[in-house]
Amino acid sequence: MNKLFSMMLTALITLWLAGPAAAEVFSPTVFKLDNGLQVVVIEKHRSPVVTQMLWYKVGASDEPTGKTGMAHLLEHLMFKGTQKFPDGEFSAMLARHGGNENAFTALDYTGYHQTVSRDRLEMVMELEADRMRNLVLRSGDINTEREVILEERRQRIGNNPSGELRLQIDQALFPGDHAYGRPVIGWEADIVSITKQDLEAFYQQHYSPANAVLVVAGDVTPGEVKALAEKYYAPIKNGAAPIHAALPFPKKGKPSSVVLNDARVRQPSWNLSILAPSMSSDDKREIAALEVLDEVMGGGTTSRLYRALVVEQGIAVAAGARYASGARGPGRFLFYASPKPGVSLDALQSATAQEVEKFIEQGFVTGELARVKKRMLASAVYVRDELKSGAWALGGALAAGHSVMDVEGWPERIRTVTGEDIKKAARKLWRDPRRVSAKLLPAEPNSGGGG
Amino acid sequence: MARSNAILWAGLALVLMLAVAPIKLAYATEVKSVKSPLGMTAWLVEDHTNPVISMSFAFKGAAALDPVGKAGLANLVSALLDEGAGDLDSQAFQRRLEDGAITLRFSAGKDNFSGNFRTLTENMDEATELLRLAVTSARFDVEPVERIRAQVMANVRRELEDADTIASDALFAQLFPSHGYGRRTDGTLETIGAIERKDLVAFANQRLVRSRLTIGISGDITEGEAQKFIENAFGDLPMGEVEPPVAEVQAQASGMLSVIKRDFPQSAILFGHGGIKRDDPDFYAALIMNHILGGGSFTSRLYEEVREKRGLVYSIGTGLAAFDHAGAIIGSAGTANARAAETIAIIRQQWGHMAEGGATDAELADAKTYVIGSFPLRFTSSRAIARILVSMQLNHLGADYLDKRKDIINAVNADDVRRVAARLLDSDRLNMVVVGQPQGVTEGVVGQP
Repeated sequence: MNKLFSMMLTALITLWLAGPAAAEVFSPTVFKLDNGLQVVVIEKHRSPVVTQMLWYKVGASDEPTGKTGMAHLLEHLMFKGTQKFPDGEFSAMLARHGGNENAFTALDYTGYHQTVSRDRLEMVMELEADRMRNLVLRSGDINTEREVILEERRQRIGNNPSGELRLQIDQALFPGDHAYGRPVIGWEADIVSITKQDLEAFYQQHYSPANAVLVVAGDVTPGEVKALAEKYYAPIKNGAAPIHAALPFPKKGKPSSVVLNDARVRQPSWNLSILAPSMSSDDKREIAALEVLDEVMGGGTTSRLYRALVVEQGIAVAAGARYASGARGPGRFLFYASPKPGVSLDALQSATAQEVEKFIEQGFVTGELARVKKRMLASAVYVRDELKSGAWALGGALAAGHSVMDVEGWPERIRTVTGEDIKKAARKLWRDPRRVSAKLLPAEPNSGGGG
Repeated sequence: MARSNAILWAGLALVLMLAVAPIKLAYATEVKSVKSPLGMTAWLVEDHTNPVISMSFAFKGAAALDPVGKAGLANLVSALLDEGAGDLDSQAFQRRLEDGAITLRFSAGKDNFSGNFRTLTENMDEATELLRLAVTSARFDVEPVERIRAQVMANVRRELEDADTIASDALFAQLFPSHGYGRRTDGTLETIGAIERKDLVAFANQRLVRSRLTIGISGDITEGEAQKFIENAFGDLPMGEVEPPVAEVQAQASGMLSVIKRDFPQSAILFGHGGIKRDDPDFYAALIMNHILGGGSFTSRLYEEVREKRGLVYSIGTGLAAFDHAGAIIGSAGTANARAAETIAIIRQQWGHMAEGGATDAELADAKTYVIGSFPLRFTSSRAIARILVSMQLNHLGADYLDKRKDIINAVNADDVRRVAARLLDSDRLNMVVVGQPQGVTEGVVGQP
């Protein structure tokens, strides 16, 4: 797993991993309440357990300029309390009933989830519905939680050179004030400047039924979920319809590169991020083609990149690719490699380029495409074996503006995409100059920072 | 950007899983014990809702037995068993796994060498054959050995960039000097480099034996099929010796605070001292006590005092590390260098507070309902169930444990928690390792200038 991308894209990557899932995948029941709340039910009766996930279609990309980190700060504050359940009572009550919970913030969405025994579903639906509109924000809590988040930032970025490099990649890939160029956790100066009024306005604007997706997975029927959703979520009134930030593809410019030298780095690494279409694109065939390309080039130890760089040439300890197609805005395709001692990152970059170009010229060898597809389609069976995979995949897709069919139709799209489609998509991707090459390196030899 | 994550637990995951993974199910999940003609047993939970079969297994004896100069041996073997076996070289073996969409992974803990296996029902025969080859006929060819060795070394270098790992390594070395529990499971650059092919071969021959094997299976498979499966997969293994000799050991802690100066803006703080073993009569009282002190993710005393009230950390928590031959209680926190001294003081204070006063009745009641209620939430996939079945057997819990667990937890009373807190916790002996540039923190033993 490439460290650079393992932290902040967790939610997106989870979606992507589960993406290899799909019409035949989770077979959800989907309906809408009168107030616009979309509800997805995925039945899974293996054990008497349910997961509730509430996704809001608001993330770091919706923050006003100068207020980065606000979506995430609000996520933390959502645990502080309402009039009905004040002072952390949400978590205390949930724990008393044996439940587990967490929350996450990404560029496109913010989510809250609990896993409980099936007879506690009503309780968590009441609690989650209550905090959709009734959160009480207090200055004391805001200030304490700001400190917590500054610690989180130190942990993820300050203490972690690859986290720092990731920020630089995002900025280079999405230049100007593009919303995807911002750190989800926020710039420190912004985090300290966010006021209670900012948070209240943001909460009022974005936390409402029509801007949310409720997913319930587990030992429950659609009828039971419907009845409980009517009882707890249906009475909630909508706020004004939120306006999403525009997320255009940046204009085509020159490829750029970022280099981070840091004395703490002991294992260098290289990666190349290229802008790519996401599921928001109308051309779903191209998305499927890129997904197969990802698997051919970078999926596991028999992939072309691993075989060439790690096994045959012996210049890398890791090599692969990763395609993130889940975004509401532009997606991205990543190539990465980590060198053996003494090998330059440029050598990895050229070896990767050679493999990609070879594929673009020569395409698949006999039988290769069929094998890759078979393996990918098997993953749609495996994801059904997990309680929460469908909640992550469908919740993430719908919250990012995609459709149920974008998930459920996945096996069919993979089955029908052709070798020519994949070559074409690879050629287009590889020609796109909107790319950032990134190097993570130890301190420069003459900088005196050998430690 | 989750609300909380626990970086420390990466390092302690296996250990904590064994400590906490004790299981329960107050409903109709039937655990069957399956016996093969050769006399091998496996625990099985049938589930035919999805065409997937998962198996977990463990051989007793792993990294704690690595020779001192070759720490990382068990780990290196675990990464090589699927890199060529029988007539199949590395790429051929990997290709057959991938073509069958078969998962076959091995991992080394301190006490157990584990495997996880998952296949679609339709590929069961192929998957079984690949598993058989991996455990009986691994090749350890030069190319994969050197490739994987380089990968493990790269991982070690990467871990050495991480403040929590540096702190955790140092703390375990203090608690268990000259014992396998005090050494890194994946070894050091030097010890990994010293491992020879003959060490790998000897490990596979001597350690992967039937007498040390525990098996859990869940998924789309019947009792009869499971019998055949374990026989086909493991029947060719030798019987071997029964129990590998790991020395009993007491964790050594004297209240030492050590600082490892590194250029991090946030100090990683690891703390711990002796704990409790899984088979101790007070284990469940300790489990509850730990939950109240620092185990409960959003509700513990440490979470409340250090994070909720003061905003000093993002992550803080404690866990019981219950090894087969030692116990420890370990905690972690991360705070800005300038606030390290305050954070450390509060942790010590809370430690002492629990040692002296135990828990309140309300805390005890809440902890019990959590520990009882959260347990069934783990039965969420065939993989998870297979792992739990192995853990139950390793901890000698009995197939009826799922039914009995609730009563066992409910039987823990306030006196038990007070007794176990007084017995285990000692803020004057709590070792701390701080990695970063902590301010106002003095190295040395508590109470001694």
